[in-house]
Amino acid sequence: MSDRRTISVTINGETFEREVETRLTLSDFIRHECLLTGTHVGCEHGVCGACTILLNGQTARSCLMLAVQADGQEIRTVEGIAPNDQELHPLQQAFQDNHGLQCGYCTPGMLTTLLEFLEENPDPTEREVREAISGNLCRCTGYQGIVAAALDAAKRLQAGA
Amino acid sequence: MKPPPFTYHDPRSVDDAVALLSEKDNAKLLAGGQSLMPMLNMRFVLPDDVIDINRIEDLSYIRDDGDALVFGGMVRQRDIEFSGLVSQKIPLMKEAILNVGHRQTRTRGTYGGSMSHLDPSAELPTVSMAQDAIVSVRKKGGERDIAMADFPMGYMTPSFDLDEMVTEIRVPIWPEGHGYAFVEFARRHGDYAITSSAVLLDVADGGKITKASITVGGVGPSPLRVTAAEEGLAGETGSADLFTEIAEKCREIDAMEDVYAPAWYRQHLAAVLTRRALAKAYSRAVNGTEMNLR
Repeated sequence: MSDRRTISVTINGETFEREVETRLTLSDFIRHECLLTGTHVGCEHGVCGACTILLNGQTARSCLMLAVQADGQEIRTVEGIAPNDQELHPLQQAFQDNHGLQCGYCTPGMLTTLLEFLEENPDPTEREVREAISGNLCRCTGYQGIVAAALDAAKRLQAGA
Repeated sequence: MKPPPFTYHDPRSVDDAVALLSEKDNAKLLAGGQSLMPMLNMRFVLPDDVIDINRIEDLSYIRDDGDALVFGGMVRQRDIEFSGLVSQKIPLMKEAILNVGHRQTRTRGTYGGSMSHLDPSAELPTVSMAQDAIVSVRKKGGERDIAMADFPMGYMTPSFDLDEMVTEIRVPIWPEGHGYAFVEFARRHGDYAITSSAVLLDVADGGKITKASITVGGVGPSPLRVTAAEEGLAGETGSADLFTEIAEKCREIDAMEDVYAPAWYRQHLAAVLTRRALAKAYSRAVNGTEMNLR
């Protein structure tokens, strides 16, 4: 008999109520139950950072949480970054313009991580950006473009503010 | 890479959590989950019951008790990072916490969880050892304090029983203006250090060292105080030569060996990092410019 519970999680403003196995990870809940496949799953042991989401506004690894632990919490995933279906967020636009993604696997984790980082540090140095994404692996080794995109996004966000 | 089946519990009080712990034979406490969740995902651990203590609200305090800061077991590493009290009273911990994983893992990772997992390289146990912290553990019908010196029993094994849980960590505060430094070497920023060194120095007017605490992480099976080195500093005036000589004692520590680093390399790192940490801590204590050491 599997141990199951009904949980209710708000993701990008929408509430998802599902009955799940208690051993289900939050990342699998987001992808398989809520069908929000923008959040990627790489290593499943907290090293690669691809599954990074915002939990009540703070970045966290969704593979290192159980879905039941998110019951009643607010989550934001990569799908919740753009303002609408037509436009990209300035951070996403900067990624596109600076070749900040190649295969795109690490991108959701990079975006969520940098979203929080740039809010806290709107005018970072290159070193600070590299430290901020030190918990996110890009297997294409495309860090140069990612760092350039982050620095460009910081400028765009400041100009827009 | 999926957790094995288990029965999940989310008690709302410490009493309920320790009652479950005493009742269940093969249970694991789930704190921040930054070590246990990977171990579950990889099925290194196969508990019948997982007791999630994240819904216990009253374990998340940081309190100033005058001579010590007192931390609830579920204080998040991120809370330590942004705590004004911690940077003011235990600057060593503030310096160390920035090396604990990444912002994304510090959101969840807890002080009590790091202590219970007791990785030999983990920063919070190393700092706790340096500051002579006292760990409070509770079980059904009882509570006791364990001095940090008696807390590690062996490799990744704290000395509390399986039916006990860490509820509080009491960290004594050093006098205002004391010298401190946390220095580590890791392959990637945020990874577990291969070796780290934590130094605390109390320095009198005139530059004489009155009290010293030196701890190395990642060298032995748990964070180790280097008492031989500490003793050599008492009553001495700091200098580059003295710190080089004292730090050499770290090469005598019986060091671990694994695929990442041979024993001699850990001993070497311990000596180099301790030399640097001593110089940095001393400079801070005497408000001087940083000593020029390689």
